[in-house]
Amino acid sequence: MHTIVSSAARTVTIGHDQPFAIIGERINPTGRKIFQQQLRDGDLSRVATDVREQAEGGAMLLDVNMGAPLADEAALMARAVGLIQELTDLPLVIDSSIVEVLDAGLAAYEGKALVNSVTAEDERLDAILPLVKRYGAAVIGLPNDEEEIPEEPARRLELTRKLIGVATGKYGIAIEDIVIDPLAMPVGADTVHPGRTLDTIAMIAGEFGVNMTLGASNVSFGMPDRHSISAAFLPIAAARGLTSAIMDARSPQVVSAVKAADLVLNRDEWGAAWIARHRARQAAT
Amino acid sequence: MTRDELLAGLYDRTLTGNGPAVLELTNEGLSMGLGPEELLYEALIPALEEVGARFERGDFFVPEMLIAGKAMAGALEILRPLLAETGAQTIGTVVMGTVKGDVHDIGKNLVNIMFEGAGFQVIDLGVQVAPEKFVEAIREHKPDIVGFSAFLTTTMPMFKANINALRKSGLRDQVIVMVGGAPVTQEYADVVGADGYAADASAAVVRAKELLKRRRAMASA
Repeated sequence: MHTIVSSAARTVTIGHDQPFAIIGERINPTGRKIFQQQLRDGDLSRVATDVREQAEGGAMLLDVNMGAPLADEAALMARAVGLIQELTDLPLVIDSSIVEVLDAGLAAYEGKALVNSVTAEDERLDAILPLVKRYGAAVIGLPNDEEEIPEEPARRLELTRKLIGVATGKYGIAIEDIVIDPLAMPVGADTVHPGRTLDTIAMIAGEFGVNMTLGASNVSFGMPDRHSISAAFLPIAAARGLTSAIMDARSPQVVSAVKAADLVLNRDEWGAAWIARHRARQAAT
Repeated sequence: MTRDELLAGLYDRTLTGNGPAVLELTNEGLSMGLGPEELLYEALIPALEEVGARFERGDFFVPEMLIAGKAMAGALEILRPLLAETGAQTIGTVVMGTVKGDVHDIGKNLVNIMFEGAGFQVIDLGVQVAPEKFVEAIREHKPDIVGFSAFLTTTMPMFKANINALRKSGLRDQVIVMVGGAPVTQEYADVVGADGYAADASAAVVRAKELLKRRRAMASA
């Protein structure tokens, strides 16, 4: 199954027979005090650096989140999306939990965006899916509801079923345009968490064959040497059916791990991309 | 084992999160004739303070904080009824919860651990806590502090909603309001009218103690 996302000039295909789709996570003020302050002051100068570093690092799409407290998130999103399109032709992932912000980002975007995200809550589905349909976008679905983040993979599968049912049935969104987030929780909080995420991935891949993405950096939260954890987790997840991740595209270690996974999972014919990456890095030193 | 050896052992085992050893040493200390307050204030609390300090410095990581908290919680289960018998005062009571619309609990749980570790009684209301639930719990438990946790910029406005609910119920002045969570800033805490904010779990305890001290000084003045 192929999820097509595009900018005005570039198309990226996410799929089980495609290279793992690296979505750069960096354009997000959470945990970045200086960036938060800049956004409150309406200063988007930092975004250019984030775009360049992630594009150079190997990002294939860029997540854009403007959720700084006390900032006008909708106005910032519209401006950021406009600005980023001038800087790069990488397709964008419009990231907010506020419907008006998603709307503002989608309105400013030229191409087919990926919307991040909708949960399986009725209210959220009915607020966000019409927007996704109207703009002809693709959407990331989170299988959690108003109660909790479900621990059990079977419950996540059930909520995925609901999400896909509502999106395709009630709103006429193609199943190809739904990307499920199997929910990655910190291994530091409980070492059973990654196993649950991996089981969820396998179950969703088996039942629906849809594309999946997740916030890879969640897994290593609160632990030392976070990049090594991502570099171990992502290839395992890719082998179970994960086709994309919102991740640290600036880390050569994590990006290389994902590219090596592409190679060994037969998504890089003759190792051409792997060898090209090697040559590019050699040339850069 | 001497008294000092026991307290040193209890401190070390708590610091390293060895639950079974902490239980054993707590029981052994009691049977040696040590008071529950000695065990608490001379071993368990200093150990958790050290855990917090190391976490803040980046020398300790989340799992280490969690197991140390767990080890201490085991000891507290034994000590709590004894402390109640001796009429020992906790240094304060905290009602804690993640706000309505938000299901994130890891940060809140770390803060709970550090509060318990500092000798506070913590009443954890869990996640998705509606304003009326906070009001109810404050009426029931009469805490010194109420803590609101939010992980999302979209759920942070619930701080304000919670504070309004407290105001409407006439409880606002009876309790110190602290807020925290990944996207929260001091500036935001000020805007919504909270009394305190801290960037991490161990700083939250320091801030709570300051606020409590100031309030008690004002009450007695």
